[in-house]
Amino acid sequence: MVKHIIPNSLKEALDYMDGHYTTIVAGGTDLMVQRRNWAELPPTFTSDPVYVFHLSELNYVNEDDKNVYIGAVTPMSVLLDHPATPQLLKDAIAIIAAPGLRNMATIAGNIGNASPAGDSLPILYALDALVRIQSKSQNSLLPIAQVIQGPRKTILDNNELITEIVIPKDPFTFQMFRKVGGRKADAISKVSFTGSVRIEGKHVTDLRIAFGAVAPTVVRVRDIEMEYEGKTVKQLQQQVKSLQEAYATYIRPIDDQRSNKEYRMNVAMNLLEQFISSLKEE
Amino acid sequence: MNDITFELNHEQVTITADPSLRLLDVLRDRLHLTGAKEGCGEGECGACSVLINDQLANSCLVPLANVHKQRVTTIEGIATTKEGKLLQQAYSKEGAVQCGICTPGMMMASYALLKKHPHPTREQIQIGLSGNLCRCTGYNMIFRAIERAAKEGEGTW
Ligand SMILES: Cc1cc2nc3c(=O)[nH]c(=O)nc-3n(C[C@H](O)[C@H](O)[C@H](O)COP(=O)(O)OP(=O)(O)OC[C@H]3O[C@@H](n4cnc5c(N)ncnc54)[C@H](O)[C@@H]3O)c2cc1C
Ligand code: FES
Ligand code: FES
Repeated sequence: MVKHIIPNSLKEALDYMDGHYTTIVAGGTDLMVQRRNWAELPPTFTSDPVYVFHLSELNYVNEDDKNVYIGAVTPMSVLLDHPATPQLLKDAIAIIAAPGLRNMATIAGNIGNASPAGDSLPILYALDALVRIQSKSQNSLLPIAQVIQGPRKTILDNNELITEIVIPKDPFTFQMFRKVGGRKADAISKVSFTGSVRIEGKHVTDLRIAFGAVAPTVVRVRDIEMEYEGKTVKQLQQQVKSLQEAYATYIRPIDDQRSNKEYRMNVAMNLLEQFISSLKEE
Repeated sequence: MNDITFELNHEQVTITADPSLRLLDVLRDRLHLTGAKEGCGEGECGACSVLINDQLANSCLVPLANVHKQRVTTIEGIATTKEGKLLQQAYSKEGAVQCGICTPGMMMASYALLKKHPHPTREQIQIGLSGNLCRCTGYNMIFRAIERAAKEGEGTW
Protein backbone atom coordinates (compact mmCIF):
# COMPACT_ATOMS: atom_id res chain seq x y z
CA MET A 1 0.00 0.00 0.00
CA VAL A 2 1.30 3.42 -0.87
CA LYS A 3 0.92 6.41 1.38
CA HIS A 4 -0.62 9.58 -0.09
CA ILE A 5 1.09 12.81 0.88
CA ILE A 6 -0.74 16.13 0.62
CA PRO A 7 1.92 18.49 1.98
CA ASN A 8 1.16 21.90 3.43
CA SER A 9 4.37 23.40 2.13
CA LEU A 10 7.31 22.78 -0.18
CA LYS A 11 9.39 22.01 2.89
CA GLU A 12 6.99 19.30 4.02
CA ALA A 13 7.09 17.78 0.54
CA LEU A 14 10.89 17.74 0.38
CA ASP A 15 11.19 16.41 3.93
CA TYR A 16 8.96 13.47 3.08
CA MET A 17 10.69 12.81 -0.24
CA ASP A 18 13.96 12.44 1.61
CA GLY A 19 14.07 8.76 2.42
CA HIS A 20 10.84 7.59 0.75
CA TYR A 21 10.07 6.34 -2.73
CA THR A 22 7.67 8.86 -4.19
CA THR A 23 5.86 9.96 -7.36
CA ILE A 24 5.24 13.66 -7.79
CA VAL A 25 1.72 14.47 -8.92
CA ALA A 26 1.21 17.99 -10.31
CA GLY A 27 -1.80 18.61 -12.59
CA GLY A 28 -2.10 14.88 -13.12
CA THR A 29 -2.88 15.24 -16.84
CA ASP A 30 -0.21 12.74 -17.82
CA LEU A 31 -0.17 10.55 -14.72
CA MET A 32 -3.92 10.04 -14.40
CA VAL A 33 -4.01 8.69 -17.96
CA GLN A 34 -0.81 6.64 -17.70
CA ARG A 35 -1.80 5.03 -14.40
CA ARG A 36 -5.46 4.70 -15.26
CA ASN A 37 -7.51 1.68 -14.20
CA TRP A 38 -11.07 0.67 -14.92
CA ALA A 39 -13.61 3.31 -13.92
CA GLU A 40 -14.11 3.67 -10.17
CA LEU A 41 -10.76 2.11 -9.30
CA PRO A 42 -7.94 4.40 -8.21
CA PRO A 43 -4.99 4.68 -10.57
CA THR A 44 -1.96 2.48 -9.92
CA PHE A 45 0.86 4.07 -7.97
CA THR A 46 3.80 1.91 -6.94
CA SER A 47 5.46 4.61 -4.84
CA ASP A 48 3.95 7.23 -2.53
CA PRO A 49 2.19 10.00 -4.47
CA VAL A 50 3.16 13.49 -3.31
CA TYR A 51 0.57 16.02 -4.49
CA VAL A 52 2.02 19.46 -5.17
CA PHE A 53 -0.45 21.24 -7.47
CA HIS A 54 -2.05 23.21 -4.63
CA LEU A 55 1.25 24.60 -3.24
CA SER A 56 0.82 28.34 -3.76
CA GLU A 57 4.50 29.03 -3.08
CA LEU A 58 5.23 27.21 -6.38
CA ASN A 59 2.54 29.04 -8.35
CA TYR A 60 3.89 32.31 -9.74
CA VAL A 61 5.34 34.15 -12.71
CA ASN A 62 7.98 36.78 -11.84
CA GLU A 63 10.53 38.70 -13.83
CA ASP A 64 13.53 40.97 -13.44
CA ASP A 65 15.79 42.60 -16.02
CA LYS A 66 17.50 39.35 -16.87
CA ASN A 67 15.03 36.48 -16.51
CA VAL A 68 11.46 35.27 -16.28
CA TYR A 69 10.82 32.92 -13.33
CA ILE A 70 8.02 30.38 -13.53
CA GLY A 71 6.92 28.45 -10.44
CA ALA A 72 6.67 24.71 -11.02
CA VAL A 73 2.92 24.32 -10.57
CA THR A 74 1.83 27.42 -12.50
CA PRO A 75 -0.91 26.17 -14.86
CA MET A 76 -0.34 26.67 -18.56
CA SER A 77 -3.47 28.82 -18.83
CA VAL A 78 -1.96 31.33 -16.40
CA LEU A 79 1.20 31.45 -18.50
CA LEU A 80 -0.87 31.97 -21.63
CA ASP A 81 -2.43 35.12 -20.16
CA HIS A 82 0.61 36.48 -18.33
CA PRO A 83 2.44 39.48 -19.85
CA ALA A 84 5.87 38.21 -18.74
CA THR A 85 5.61 34.83 -20.49
CA PRO A 86 7.94 34.69 -23.52
CA GLN A 87 5.90 34.86 -26.73
CA LEU A 88 7.27 31.59 -28.13
CA LEU A 89 6.15 29.74 -25.01
CA LYS A 90 2.70 31.30 -25.37
CA ASP A 91 2.56 30.20 -29.01
CA ALA A 92 3.31 26.62 -27.96
CA ILE A 93 0.88 26.60 -25.03
CA ALA A 94 -1.94 28.08 -27.10
CA ILE A 95 -2.10 24.87 -29.11
CA ILE A 96 -1.65 22.42 -26.27
CA ALA A 97 -5.03 20.71 -25.92
CA ALA A 98 -7.93 22.90 -24.74
CA PRO A 99 -8.71 25.42 -21.95
CA GLY A 100 -9.80 22.84 -19.35
CA LEU A 101 -6.60 20.87 -19.75
CA ARG A 102 -4.43 23.99 -19.78
CA ASN A 103 -5.93 24.97 -16.42
CA MET A 104 -4.30 21.87 -14.95
CA ALA A 105 -1.23 21.07 -17.04
CA THR A 106 2.11 22.46 -15.85
CA ILE A 107 5.44 23.07 -17.57
CA ALA A 108 7.24 21.14 -14.81
CA GLY A 109 4.95 18.21 -15.61
CA ASN A 110 5.81 18.55 -19.30
CA ILE A 111 9.49 18.35 -18.32
CA GLY A 112 8.93 15.54 -15.81
CA ASN A 113 7.05 13.52 -18.39
CA ALA A 114 9.95 14.00 -20.83
CA SER A 115 7.96 12.93 -23.87
CA PRO A 116 9.73 13.43 -27.22
CA ALA A 117 6.51 15.23 -28.21
CA GLY A 118 6.30 17.54 -25.17
CA ASP A 119 5.43 20.86 -26.77
CA SER A 120 6.99 23.26 -24.31
CA LEU A 121 10.34 21.46 -24.46
CA PRO A 122 11.71 22.73 -27.81
CA ILE A 123 10.88 26.26 -26.68
CA LEU A 124 12.74 25.75 -23.38
CA TYR A 125 15.71 24.36 -25.31
CA ALA A 126 15.73 27.25 -27.79
CA LEU A 127 15.50 29.86 -25.04
CA ASP A 128 18.32 28.26 -22.97
CA ALA A 129 15.94 27.72 -20.07
CA LEU A 130 17.24 26.56 -16.72
CA VAL A 131 15.45 24.21 -14.37
CA ARG A 132 15.70 24.58 -10.61
CA ILE A 133 15.83 21.23 -8.86
CA GLN A 134 15.51 21.02 -5.11
CA SER A 135 15.82 18.30 -2.53
CA LYS A 136 15.86 18.58 1.23
CA SER A 137 19.53 19.52 1.22
CA GLN A 138 20.32 20.65 -2.35
CA ASN A 139 19.26 23.40 -4.72
CA SER A 140 20.66 23.45 -8.24
CA LEU A 141 19.93 25.19 -11.51
CA LEU A 142 20.53 23.03 -14.60
CA PRO A 143 20.12 23.66 -18.35
CA ILE A 144 17.00 21.95 -19.71
CA ALA A 145 19.07 19.79 -22.07
CA GLN A 146 20.86 18.30 -19.08
CA VAL A 147 17.64 17.64 -17.19
CA ILE A 148 16.10 15.59 -19.99
CA GLN A 149 18.10 12.42 -20.56
CA GLY A 150 15.93 10.49 -22.99
CA PRO A 151 12.35 9.58 -23.75
CA ARG A 152 10.54 9.56 -20.37
CA LYS A 153 13.85 9.90 -18.59
CA THR A 154 15.09 12.85 -16.53
CA ILE A 155 18.13 13.39 -14.37
CA LEU A 156 15.95 13.84 -11.27
CA ASP A 157 16.70 11.69 -8.25
CA ASN A 158 13.85 10.22 -6.28
CA ASN A 159 14.17 12.89 -3.58
CA GLU A 160 14.25 15.81 -6.04
CA LEU A 161 11.52 18.16 -7.18
CA ILE A 162 11.46 20.72 -9.98
CA THR A 163 10.56 23.97 -8.26
CA GLU A 164 11.16 26.65 -10.88
CA ILE A 165 11.90 27.28 -14.55
CA VAL A 166 14.13 30.24 -15.34
CA ILE A 167 14.05 31.71 -18.84
CA PRO A 168 16.69 34.31 -19.81
CA LYS A 169 15.43 37.40 -21.61
CA ASP A 170 17.63 37.41 -24.69
CA PRO A 171 16.95 40.01 -27.37
CA PHE A 172 15.52 38.29 -30.44
CA THR A 173 14.30 40.02 -33.57
CA PHE A 174 12.30 37.19 -35.15
CA GLN A 175 10.78 33.98 -33.82
CA MET A 176 8.66 31.20 -35.21
CA PHE A 177 6.89 28.19 -33.71
CA ARG A 178 4.99 25.65 -35.79
CA LYS A 179 3.41 22.40 -34.70
CA VAL A 180 2.10 19.81 -37.08
CA GLY A 181 -0.40 17.36 -35.61
CA GLY A 182 -3.94 16.07 -36.12
CA ARG A 183 -7.02 17.66 -34.56
CA LYS A 184 -6.07 21.11 -33.39
CA ALA A 185 -7.26 21.01 -29.79
CA ASP A 186 -5.92 17.59 -29.09
CA ALA A 187 -2.96 16.75 -31.19
CA ILE A 188 0.19 15.11 -30.08
CA SER A 189 2.92 16.69 -32.13
CA LYS A 190 4.16 14.80 -35.14
CA VAL A 191 6.76 17.46 -35.75
CA SER A 192 7.35 20.85 -34.21
CA PHE A 193 9.77 23.57 -35.22
CA THR A 194 11.08 26.45 -33.13
CA GLY A 195 13.32 29.14 -34.57
CA SER A 196 14.61 32.26 -32.87
CA VAL A 197 17.13 34.73 -34.22
CA ARG A 198 18.72 38.04 -33.52
CA ILE A 199 19.53 39.99 -36.65
CA GLU A 200 21.65 43.12 -36.34
CA GLY A 201 21.81 45.06 -39.57
CA LYS A 202 22.57 42.46 -42.21
CA HIS A 203 24.01 39.88 -39.84
CA VAL A 204 22.55 36.99 -37.94
CA THR A 205 24.20 37.31 -34.54
CA ASP A 206 22.20 34.74 -32.58
CA LEU A 207 20.62 31.65 -34.13
CA ARG A 208 18.56 29.07 -32.23
CA ILE A 209 16.82 26.16 -33.89
CA ALA A 210 14.97 23.32 -32.16
CA PHE A 211 12.91 20.42 -33.50
CA GLY A 212 10.37 18.52 -31.40
CA ALA A 213 9.07 14.95 -31.84
CA VAL A 214 11.63 14.01 -34.49
CA ALA A 215 14.11 12.17 -32.26
CA PRO A 216 14.17 10.62 -28.77
CA THR A 217 14.72 14.09 -27.31
CA VAL A 218 14.53 17.64 -28.65
CA VAL A 219 17.05 18.34 -31.41
CA ARG A 220 19.04 21.48 -30.81
CA VAL A 221 22.60 21.49 -32.16
CA ARG A 222 24.78 24.34 -30.96
CA ASP A 223 27.63 23.40 -33.37
CA ILE A 224 25.44 23.93 -36.40
CA GLU A 225 24.05 27.18 -35.05
CA MET A 226 27.55 28.55 -34.42
CA GLU A 227 28.67 27.69 -37.91
CA TYR A 228 25.98 29.98 -39.33
CA GLU A 229 26.07 32.79 -36.77
CA GLY A 230 27.90 35.84 -38.07
CA LYS A 231 26.74 35.27 -41.64
CA THR A 232 24.45 37.73 -43.36
CA VAL A 233 20.78 36.96 -43.84
CA LYS A 234 21.45 36.62 -47.60
CA GLN A 235 24.26 34.13 -47.10
CA LEU A 236 22.13 32.07 -44.75
CA GLN A 237 19.32 32.00 -47.26
CA GLN A 238 21.68 30.95 -50.04
CA GLN A 239 23.06 28.15 -47.88
CA VAL A 240 19.75 26.76 -46.70
CA LYS A 241 20.36 23.44 -48.48
CA SER A 242 23.54 22.77 -46.55
CA LEU A 243 21.83 23.85 -43.33
CA GLN A 244 19.10 21.30 -44.03
CA GLU A 245 21.68 18.61 -44.72
CA ALA A 246 23.41 19.39 -41.45
CA TYR A 247 20.18 18.84 -39.51
CA ALA A 248 19.04 15.82 -41.52
CA THR A 249 21.44 13.51 -39.69
CA TYR A 250 19.89 14.51 -36.37
CA ILE A 251 16.30 13.85 -37.42
CA ARG A 252 15.81 10.27 -36.29
CA PRO A 253 12.12 9.90 -35.57
CA ILE A 254 10.81 6.81 -33.89
CA ASP A 255 8.23 5.38 -36.30
CA ASP A 256 4.94 5.12 -34.47
CA GLN A 257 1.25 5.00 -35.22
CA ARG A 258 1.06 8.79 -35.40
CA SER A 259 3.34 9.27 -38.34
CA ASN A 260 6.27 7.83 -40.25
CA LYS A 261 9.87 8.84 -40.61
CA GLU A 262 9.79 10.17 -44.15
CA TYR A 263 6.83 12.42 -43.46
CA ARG A 264 8.45 13.85 -40.36
CA MET A 265 11.75 14.43 -42.13
CA ASN A 266 10.05 16.28 -44.99
CA VAL A 267 7.95 18.44 -42.72
CA ALA A 268 10.91 19.28 -40.48
CA MET A 269 13.02 20.33 -43.47
CA ASN A 270 10.22 22.40 -44.99
CA LEU A 271 9.63 24.24 -41.73
CA LEU A 272 13.34 25.00 -41.48
CA GLU A 273 13.34 26.39 -44.99
CA GLN A 274 10.22 28.42 -44.29
CA PHE A 275 11.87 29.95 -41.23
CA ILE A 276 15.11 30.83 -43.00
CA SER A 277 13.31 32.35 -45.98
CA SER A 278 11.18 34.50 -43.64
CA LEU A 279 14.25 36.24 -42.21
CA LYS A 280 14.69 39.90 -43.07
CA GLU A 281 17.50 42.37 -42.53
CA GLU A 282 16.74 44.72 -39.66
CA MET B 1 -7.41 6.64 2.99
CA ASN B 2 -7.26 10.33 3.75
CA ASP B 3 -9.86 12.91 4.68
CA ILE B 4 -10.36 15.26 1.77
CA THR B 5 -12.36 18.40 2.43
CA PHE B 6 -13.60 20.76 -0.25
CA GLU B 7 -16.38 23.13 -1.12
CA LEU B 8 -18.84 21.52 -3.50
CA ASN B 9 -21.56 23.70 -5.00
CA HIS B 10 -21.28 26.09 -2.01
CA GLU B 11 -21.35 23.36 0.64
CA GLN B 12 -18.47 21.90 2.61
CA VAL B 13 -17.97 18.18 2.08
CA THR B 14 -15.48 15.77 3.62
CA ILE B 15 -14.78 12.44 1.98
CA THR B 16 -12.66 9.66 3.40
CA ALA B 17 -11.15 8.04 0.36
CA ASP B 18 -8.08 7.17 -1.64
CA PRO B 19 -6.79 10.63 -2.67
CA SER B 20 -5.76 9.36 -6.11
CA LEU B 21 -9.36 8.53 -7.06
CA ARG B 22 -10.60 10.51 -10.01
CA LEU B 23 -12.75 13.47 -8.98
CA LEU B 24 -15.25 12.25 -11.61
CA ASP B 25 -15.77 8.93 -9.81
CA VAL B 26 -16.09 10.59 -6.42
CA LEU B 27 -18.70 13.01 -7.74
CA ARG B 28 -20.73 10.31 -9.43
CA ASP B 29 -20.40 7.33 -7.10
CA ARG B 30 -19.86 8.82 -3.67
CA LEU B 31 -21.75 12.09 -3.96
CA HIS B 32 -24.37 10.94 -6.48
CA LEU B 33 -23.91 13.95 -8.72
CA THR B 34 -24.25 12.31 -12.11
CA GLY B 35 -24.32 15.43 -14.27
CA ALA B 36 -20.64 15.10 -15.13
CA LYS B 37 -20.31 12.21 -17.58
CA GLU B 38 -17.52 9.87 -18.51
CA GLY B 39 -16.89 9.92 -22.23
CA CYS B 40 -13.28 9.08 -22.93
CA GLY B 41 -11.73 9.05 -19.47
CA GLU B 42 -8.56 10.59 -20.85
CA GLY B 43 -9.07 14.32 -21.17
CA GLU B 44 -10.19 14.42 -24.79
CA CYS B 45 -13.97 14.85 -24.80
CA GLY B 46 -14.92 17.30 -22.03
CA ALA B 47 -18.03 15.35 -20.96
CA CYS B 48 -16.67 15.30 -17.38
CA SER B 49 -16.08 19.09 -17.20
CA VAL B 50 -16.44 20.84 -13.85
CA LEU B 51 -15.10 24.09 -12.41
CA ILE B 52 -12.30 24.10 -9.86
CA ASN B 53 -11.87 27.54 -8.29
CA ASP B 54 -14.02 28.82 -11.18
CA GLN B 55 -11.66 27.36 -13.79
CA LEU B 56 -12.79 24.70 -16.26
CA ALA B 57 -11.27 21.28 -15.56
CA ASN B 58 -11.65 17.71 -16.84
CA SER B 59 -12.68 15.81 -13.71
CA CYS B 60 -11.53 12.48 -15.20
CA LEU B 61 -7.92 13.74 -14.90
CA VAL B 62 -8.13 15.29 -11.44
CA PRO B 63 -6.99 13.23 -8.48
CA LEU B 64 -9.24 13.88 -5.51
CA ALA B 65 -6.22 15.20 -3.57
CA ASN B 66 -5.98 18.14 -5.97
CA VAL B 67 -9.31 19.58 -4.78
CA HIS B 68 -8.46 19.37 -1.07
CA LYS B 69 -9.39 22.78 0.39
CA GLN B 70 -10.46 24.01 -3.08
CA ARG B 71 -13.83 24.98 -4.55
CA VAL B 72 -15.62 22.66 -6.98
CA THR B 73 -18.70 23.55 -9.02
CA THR B 74 -20.63 21.03 -11.08
CA ILE B 75 -23.52 21.39 -13.52
CA GLU B 76 -25.87 20.71 -10.56
CA GLY B 77 -24.38 23.79 -8.88
CA ILE B 78 -25.04 26.14 -11.77
CA ALA B 79 -28.34 24.67 -13.02
CA THR B 80 -30.46 26.76 -10.68
CA THR B 81 -28.49 30.00 -11.01
CA LYS B 82 -29.50 32.85 -13.29
CA GLU B 83 -26.61 32.01 -15.61
CA GLY B 84 -27.49 28.33 -15.62
CA LYS B 85 -31.08 29.07 -16.61
CA LEU B 86 -29.95 31.43 -19.35
CA LEU B 87 -27.79 28.68 -20.78
CA GLN B 88 -30.54 26.07 -20.62
CA GLN B 89 -32.99 28.36 -22.41
CA ALA B 90 -30.46 29.33 -25.03
CA TYR B 91 -29.46 25.70 -25.70
CA SER B 92 -33.10 24.74 -25.96
CA LYS B 93 -34.08 27.62 -28.26
CA GLU B 94 -31.17 26.94 -30.59
CA GLY B 95 -31.72 23.19 -30.69
CA ALA B 96 -28.25 22.63 -29.26
CA VAL B 97 -29.16 19.42 -27.42
CA GLN B 98 -29.73 16.12 -29.17
CA CYS B 99 -28.72 12.96 -27.31
CA GLY B 100 -27.54 15.14 -24.45
CA ILE B 101 -24.50 13.29 -23.24
CA CYS B 102 -22.13 16.14 -24.06
CA THR B 103 -24.52 18.81 -22.78
CA PRO B 104 -23.50 19.15 -19.11
CA GLY B 105 -19.85 19.44 -20.15
CA MET B 106 -20.71 21.84 -22.96
CA MET B 107 -22.61 24.02 -20.52
CA MET B 108 -19.72 24.08 -18.05
CA ALA B 109 -17.38 25.14 -20.86
CA SER B 110 -19.94 27.73 -22.04
CA TYR B 111 -20.26 29.06 -18.50
CA ALA B 112 -16.49 29.36 -18.03
CA LEU B 113 -16.18 31.03 -21.42
CA LEU B 114 -18.92 33.61 -20.82
CA LYS B 115 -17.52 34.45 -17.39
CA LYS B 116 -14.19 35.21 -19.05
CA HIS B 117 -15.57 36.78 -22.24
CA PRO B 118 -19.12 38.14 -21.75
CA HIS B 119 -19.13 39.19 -25.42
CA PRO B 120 -17.28 36.34 -27.09
CA THR B 121 -16.29 36.35 -30.73
CA ARG B 122 -16.88 33.21 -32.79
CA GLU B 123 -13.20 32.42 -32.46
CA GLN B 124 -13.28 32.77 -28.68
CA ILE B 125 -16.29 30.45 -28.60
CA GLN B 126 -14.49 27.89 -30.72
CA ILE B 127 -11.42 28.01 -28.49
CA GLY B 128 -13.57 27.92 -25.35
CA LEU B 129 -15.31 24.73 -26.50
CA SER B 130 -12.29 23.15 -28.18
CA GLY B 131 -11.99 20.51 -25.46
CA ASN B 132 -15.61 19.37 -25.79
CA LEU B 133 -16.76 16.85 -28.36
CA CYS B 134 -20.32 16.48 -29.62
CA ARG B 135 -21.27 13.59 -31.90
CA CYS B 136 -24.76 14.88 -32.71
CA THR B 137 -25.19 18.59 -33.28
CA GLY B 138 -22.32 19.60 -35.52
CA TYR B 139 -21.48 22.43 -33.08
CA ASN B 140 -23.11 25.33 -34.93
CA MET B 141 -26.24 25.19 -32.80
CA ILE B 142 -24.06 25.19 -29.69
CA PHE B 143 -22.10 28.21 -30.92
CA ARG B 144 -25.38 30.01 -31.57
CA ALA B 145 -26.69 29.04 -28.13
CA ILE B 146 -23.69 30.70 -26.54
CA GLU B 147 -24.17 33.82 -28.62
CA ARG B 148 -27.80 33.89 -27.56
CA ALA B 149 -26.94 33.39 -23.88
CA ALA B 150 -24.44 36.25 -24.15
CA LYS B 151 -27.03 38.56 -25.69
CA GLU B 152 -30.01 37.61 -23.55
CA GLY B 153 -27.84 37.63 -20.46
CA GLU B 154 -26.33 41.05 -21.14
CA GLY B 155 -25.02 42.32 -17.80
CA THR B 156 -25.28 38.94 -16.03
CA TRP B 157 -21.96 37.51 -17.14
C1 LIG C 1 -6.12 15.33 -23.70
C2 LIG C 1 -4.66 15.65 -23.49
C3 LIG C 1 -4.01 16.44 -24.42
C4 LIG C 1 -2.65 16.76 -24.27
N1 LIG C 1 -2.05 17.53 -25.20
C5 LIG C 1 -0.75 17.83 -25.08
C6 LIG C 1 -0.10 18.63 -26.07
O1 LIG C 1 -0.69 19.08 -27.05
N2 LIG C 1 1.24 18.90 -25.89
C7 LIG C 1 1.93 18.43 -24.82
O2 LIG C 1 3.12 18.71 -24.72
N3 LIG C 1 1.32 17.68 -23.87
C8 LIG C 1 0.01 17.36 -23.98
N4 LIG C 1 -0.58 16.57 -23.02
C9 LIG C 1 0.23 16.00 -21.92
C10 LIG C 1 0.23 16.75 -20.59
O3 LIG C 1 -0.91 17.56 -20.44
C11 LIG C 1 1.48 17.63 -20.43
O4 LIG C 1 2.63 16.83 -20.51
C12 LIG C 1 1.50 18.43 -19.10
O5 LIG C 1 2.49 19.42 -19.20
C13 LIG C 1 1.74 17.58 -17.86
O6 LIG C 1 1.68 18.41 -16.72
P1 LIG C 1 0.98 17.91 -15.36
O7 LIG C 1 1.22 18.95 -14.34
O8 LIG C 1 -0.41 17.54 -15.60
O9 LIG C 1 1.86 16.61 -15.08
P2 LIG C 1 1.60 15.32 -14.16
O10 LIG C 1 0.75 14.35 -14.89
O11 LIG C 1 1.19 15.71 -12.80
O12 LIG C 1 3.10 14.76 -14.11
C14 LIG C 1 3.78 14.37 -15.30
C15 LIG C 1 5.15 13.81 -14.93
O13 LIG C 1 6.00 14.85 -14.42
C16 LIG C 1 6.39 14.58 -13.09
N5 LIG C 1 6.35 15.86 -12.39
C17 LIG C 1 5.31 16.75 -12.36
N6 LIG C 1 5.63 17.85 -11.68
C18 LIG C 1 6.91 17.67 -11.25
C19 LIG C 1 7.81 18.48 -10.49
N7 LIG C 1 7.47 19.69 -10.03
N8 LIG C 1 9.06 17.99 -10.24
C20 LIG C 1 9.40 16.77 -10.70
N9 LIG C 1 8.61 15.97 -11.44
C21 LIG C 1 7.37 16.42 -11.72
C22 LIG C 1 5.43 13.53 -12.57
O14 LIG C 1 5.99 12.74 -11.56
C23 LIG C 1 5.11 12.76 -13.84
O15 LIG C 1 6.12 11.83 -14.11
C24 LIG C 1 -1.95 16.26 -23.14
C25 LIG C 1 -2.61 15.47 -22.20
C26 LIG C 1 -3.95 15.16 -22.36
C27 LIG C 1 -4.64 14.33 -21.34
S1 FES D 1 -14.29 11.87 -19.77
FE1 FES D 1 -13.01 13.46 -19.11
S2 FES D 1 -12.48 14.41 -20.95
FE2 FES D 1 -13.57 12.68 -21.65
S1 FES E 1 -25.85 16.13 -28.22
FE1 FES E 1 -25.19 14.09 -28.50
S2 FES E 1 -23.07 14.28 -28.21
FE2 FES E 1 -23.68 16.29 -28.19
